[in-house]
Amino acid sequence: MPATIASFKIDFYQFLAADGRLISDDVPPLATDWEELQSLYRLMVTTRIFDKKAVALQRTGKMGTYASSLGHEAAHIAMGSAMRPEDCYAPTYREHGAQLCRGVTMPEILRYWGGDEHGCDFSGPRHDFSWCIPIATQCLHAAGAALAFKLRGEQRVAVVQVGDGGSSKGDFLEAINAASAFQLPLVLVIINNQWAISVPRSKQNSATTLAQKGIAGGLPSIQVDGNDIIACRWAMETAIEKARTGGGATVIEMLTYRLTDHTTADDARRYRDEQEVKNAWQTEPVKRLRNYLQAEGVWNDKKELALLEQAGVEVAQAVEEYLSMPDPDVAGMFDYMFENTPAELEAQRTQALKECN
Amino acid sequence: MTSVAMVEAVSLAMAWEMASDDSVVVMGEDVGVNGGVFRATSGLEARFGDQRVIDTPLAEAMIAGLAVGMSAQGMKPVIEAQFMGFIYPMVEQIVCHASRMRHRTRGRLSCPMVLRAPFGGGIHAPELHSESTEAIFAHIPGLRVVIPSSPARAYGLLLAAIRDPDPVVFLEPKRIYRLNREEIEDNGEDLPLDVCFVLRDGTDVTLVSWGSMIKETLESADLLATRGISAEVIDVATISPLDMDTIIESVEKTGRCIIIHEAARMCGVGAEIAAGLADSAIYALHAPVKRVTGYDVIMPLQKMEMNYIPGVKRILTAVEEILEVS
Ligand SMILES: Cc1ncc(C[n+]2csc(CCOP(=O)(O)OP(=O)(O)O)c2C)c(N)n1
Ligand SMILES: [Mg+2]
Repeated sequence: MPATIASFKIDFYQFLAADGRLISDDVPPLATDWEELQSLYRLMVTTRIFDKKAVALQRTGKMGTYASSLGHEAAHIAMGSAMRPEDCYAPTYREHGAQLCRGVTMPEILRYWGGDEHGCDFSGPRHDFSWCIPIATQCLHAAGAALAFKLRGEQRVAVVQVGDGGSSKGDFLEAINAASAFQLPLVLVIINNQWAISVPRSKQNSATTLAQKGIAGGLPSIQVDGNDIIACRWAMETAIEKARTGGGATVIEMLTYRLTDHTTADDARRYRDEQEVKNAWQTEPVKRLRNYLQAEGVWNDKKELALLEQAGVEVAQAVEEYLSMPDPDVAGMFDYMFENTPAELEAQRTQALKECN
Repeated sequence: MTSVAMVEAVSLAMAWEMASDDSVVVMGEDVGVNGGVFRATSGLEARFGDQRVIDTPLAEAMIAGLAVGMSAQGMKPVIEAQFMGFIYPMVEQIVCHASRMRHRTRGRLSCPMVLRAPFGGGIHAPELHSESTEAIFAHIPGLRVVIPSSPARAYGLLLAAIRDPDPVVFLEPKRIYRLNREEIEDNGEDLPLDVCFVLRDGTDVTLVSWGSMIKETLESADLLATRGISAEVIDVATISPLDMDTIIESVEKTGRCIIIHEAARMCGVGAEIAAGLADSAIYALHAPVKRVTGYDVIMPLQKMEMNYIPGVKRILTAVEEILEVS
């Protein structure tokens, strides 16, 4: 008989059931922190309204391709809200809610997706990374940031997420490995929304969970209901605290669902069963939290209406600001290439300025 | 005859070759049921099944590495990088293995694979979806780098690329994927690799280009004709290995040459062509060789991209400049 020298388990955490009821009495303090929960709810709703407007801007030709965050609000808001300003965040292209929590503004987000690099020069934490388009590459940037914090003895944490698709890429696995080798202050979140454009989760690999990839690399790893803000936020807080106090990295797989097309350039009806999407709406995060707060008597229709109105105004103002921003200028193509523009590039710049008139 | 856009010609070529050669398989992200994000593999999965049209996990290094392994063992994988911006994890496998397999095993093993990728700007895509970095691959010995510029050439050249016994990087200029339709015969006839195509005869100046810039180059030639200037237009098509003979022959006739490409100027394929002319056609030249190219800057996001991509105006200015010289 062989001796078992390693075995593993993955714990799954959920506090709020799909209908918004608490699953058990064993809950983190956040479950009764009504002020905080209302604040998280406001962020989730505001993000959803912003997101809807961003899609509309693309549809009416006022913005470029955009990846909607519909359905991911709990996961994204949990990540962004659990961090301290001095921590470092590395987004991909979908986590608008997390970025809003960090202090990136709506007009800045729209500006980038509208095709102007100035959006990346955002007013959120200046050390945060900007959007990351090549899948999973951001995982190593966050690991590198965490290594810098560790080497300098700073009590700061790096937070990064990757999709279910992106978890197949080497960069993600290498980040796990680096975090494990160097005991990095890093939180690696896998946002498993079941789809990577048209490729379902089942085609990425046949592992039971994606979280267990962290175990393979030597990191404590858990799975949470990614539509349960209490579970997501609790997991983030716990992992961030652990990382900040020298306990190393954690992998958190958040199970959620992409409720709409991959981006505005995609048509999910080509490959995805409408019924699956309908079912997923039954477990979505915003309604779930609202039901909970309403059942506890903390939230009501009047507050809801006030929130919708306030968020609507905020988003409308942001859109107005975005639409009135000046177009980027030709010189900008050259001016940010190097701190000191080489002579040859200076010559090309002069030529380009002449040609654009 | 059927009338097709370039992206449809690409699917037709793959379909033809899959039907006639069992060893051809198509692999990539979203190439199956979804038919590729540009629909270049549309209908292939329905027709050939998911064992020959394979949706892969999201991992480009894996896709390229699998293709090296499969092709060395007798299959003919046609793999897709969803956009050229995501081709870089594949580069290690292509540069360190695919391009070298035949050479280092002295012909014992080889990699008859095709790596397809849409590339270039002008479709208002997000960041890293618009670059033209074909020169990176042209620089690698052992690779063929092929770029079609019309539906008919996409069909014929892709067939040739799949049939070629060596690795081919096949770059599809997505700005012209659906620009125009062309009548083609879907008969499995390929076009030759390693040769340029003379698209238009002329006597005053040779305009050399490839891919999407062929559009602006032909438009420029039309405009020049109305001014009594006769431009010869050459589509390089296979940028590596380079058919300098056709270009030299043309320049010996016209005495003037302008090379037009969307990619940045520095170490672009235009530099290689200019060097070839300096080598072999210097005495035929009436004027310096000019390049009209992208600038040596990061490809801008969509608001600025048309200021980066050379337009007809820049081509005409260059022609005026060299006609002034001589
Ligand atoms: C390296 C790389 N390959 C391919 C793409 C094209 N692409 C963009 S998003 C995507 C799917 C990502 O799926 P997932 O990681 O699950 O994240 P989600 O979009 O679901 O949030 C693909 C293939 C890319 N951006 N980068
Ligand atoms: Mg996903």
